[in-house]
Amino acid sequence: MKRSSAFLGLLQKEARHILRDRRTLAVIVLMPIIQVVLFGYAIRTDVEDIRLAIVDPEPDAATHALRTRLGASGLFRIVAVERSTDGLNALFASGAAQQAVVFERGFGDRLESARAARIQIITDAAEPNTGTAMQNYADALIRDHEGELREGTGPPPIAADVRMRFNPTRESSNLFVPGLIAFVITIISALMTAISLAREKETGTMEVLLVSPLRPVEIIAGKVAPYLLVGLATVVLVIIEARLIFGVPLRGSAVLLLAEGVLFTVTSLSLGILISARTPSQRVAMTAVLAGTMLPTVMLSGFIFPLESLPTPLRLISAVIPARWFVEIARGIMLKGVGLDHLWQESLVLVGMTGVLLMASMRSFRVRLD
Amino acid sequence: MTGVAIVAKGLTRRFGGFTAVDAVTFDVRAGEVFGFLGANGAGKTTAIRILTGLLAPSSGAASVAGFDVYREREAIKRSIGYMSQRFSLYNDLTVRENIRLYGTIYGLSASVIRARTDNLLERLRLGESGSKRVGTLPLGWKQKLAFSVALLHQPRIVFLDEPTGGVDPVTRRQFWELIYGAAGQGTTVFVTTHYMDEAEYCDRLGIMVAGRLDALGTPHELKERFGAGSMDEVFLRLARSGAPAGAAA
Repeated sequence: MKRSSAFLGLLQKEARHILRDRRTLAVIVLMPIIQVVLFGYAIRTDVEDIRLAIVDPEPDAATHALRTRLGASGLFRIVAVERSTDGLNALFASGAAQQAVVFERGFGDRLESARAARIQIITDAAEPNTGTAMQNYADALIRDHEGELREGTGPPPIAADVRMRFNPTRESSNLFVPGLIAFVITIISALMTAISLAREKETGTMEVLLVSPLRPVEIIAGKVAPYLLVGLATVVLVIIEARLIFGVPLRGSAVLLLAEGVLFTVTSLSLGILISARTPSQRVAMTAVLAGTMLPTVMLSGFIFPLESLPTPLRLISAVIPARWFVEIARGIMLKGVGLDHLWQESLVLVGMTGVLLMASMRSFRVRLD
Repeated sequence: MTGVAIVAKGLTRRFGGFTAVDAVTFDVRAGEVFGFLGANGAGKTTAIRILTGLLAPSSGAASVAGFDVYREREAIKRSIGYMSQRFSLYNDLTVRENIRLYGTIYGLSASVIRARTDNLLERLRLGESGSKRVGTLPLGWKQKLAFSVALLHQPRIVFLDEPTGGVDPVTRRQFWELIYGAAGQGTTVFVTTHYMDEAEYCDRLGIMVAGRLDALGTPHELKERFGAGSMDEVFLRLARSGAPAGAAA
């Protein structure tokens, strides 16, 4: 009973450290919330309000139908309608237009006589990703239009579902949220524990705790448990926020997601302990955590760069990064709505990594005593 | 507890090929102020770590408060207080919160903690500073507070590892009054220091040179043995020669 009250005392003390350091607390909680918004808009690969120039040498009903369709799609804003391509260079150079759709002469006639009516799409690809996206939108819209003409049902009113099909906004912001969750957990668990353990070491209070009857396990648990709570609370906030702003779904079990979150938190905590045990000061600990956990989490977990697009050596390295497995699990639960029956392998990998790290961190802590 | 508080016989600790503490033998009597001297790297810290249960010896025997340093480290930890040269309280907690934390860590009940806290604050004349953050106190006060906190659970032995580093002479003097006060109440004080004037305050001294305990005795005995006028001279002679001279107990 005395033991548990000693442990509670430790928890209380750590909670006070966290609550009294308002600035750090604000950073811990606000940063992920702001990041959801930033990443949500920044990582989206879709483009809106594309400035479109139309070159229509011989306007007729068919070109008008397609022009109307482009204009009404919500993706394009028609900034110029020209008779020839002469003015295009200037439009592109000044940035007035990002994309041009050029109809060939006699577009309507050719279409009616079922010959190939050609259209040229010119895209400003100064930013390759944006360019590709714009190209795809225009291409898809025109194909769609074409398809409807072929069926001979006549152009139907432009329905909202058509827009959804071409607007992958939601898809791309969905993808980043699981990665962001991993990122948040890593920052709070690994970084904050490493710093707070290193601080006690630096100020000498750790020595006093070690000399006390508290067991090393209790000291560590008392230090990291509050961060586990802060971490999970932030994760819940991020999920709610992502849902409210970007409509990111949580299709699978929230309980499972939280359980996996706890697991990944323990993984990161162990890393934090391990790093702080091997570093002499807060500053070194911080740098080590940034380089050792946050960079891999951002770069190699599939958070920002798809794993498939990584070169093979990096992809192999990513297999030993816990965040990569957690991101896969979180994506599975949130976006695909699958359960443990599909995710048991990834979960098992994470459990294994956590076990190894936890043992290593306990060991390093004990070694430091001797 | 009467008689001996600490016994060490041939206590040795090796790190790889390096012998940090080399067959050290001494004892500390209950209720005495025992000074532990030595240059940096002489093995003082390692010896303290063994005696406080942080580190297992490689060979030799030692007991602290009657408990064996190999097998009864937990019991040792419960029986001792400890204050390090580095400031050992939490700056972002208030004076009372710090005291309560240590109280709970040592398993004291809430009512005992409250009573001892009031008593402690009164003694240190910190009564009105109880709810101040420790970080705002002057260094001298912090150190006195840290010492009193180390005694909160009324340990039989208190280890002070260079407790007065960086403190002005007046505060140091006051600090030593606290030490005497604790010793007067029967607490054994094991203190390391770099200040030779402080060495003179101790009942008995042990001086470590290169891992070995080269001298042991009262300040008076040591000065006589080395034919020196002050502890400063004794220490310098020992440290320079590095040669054993009259290690005995």
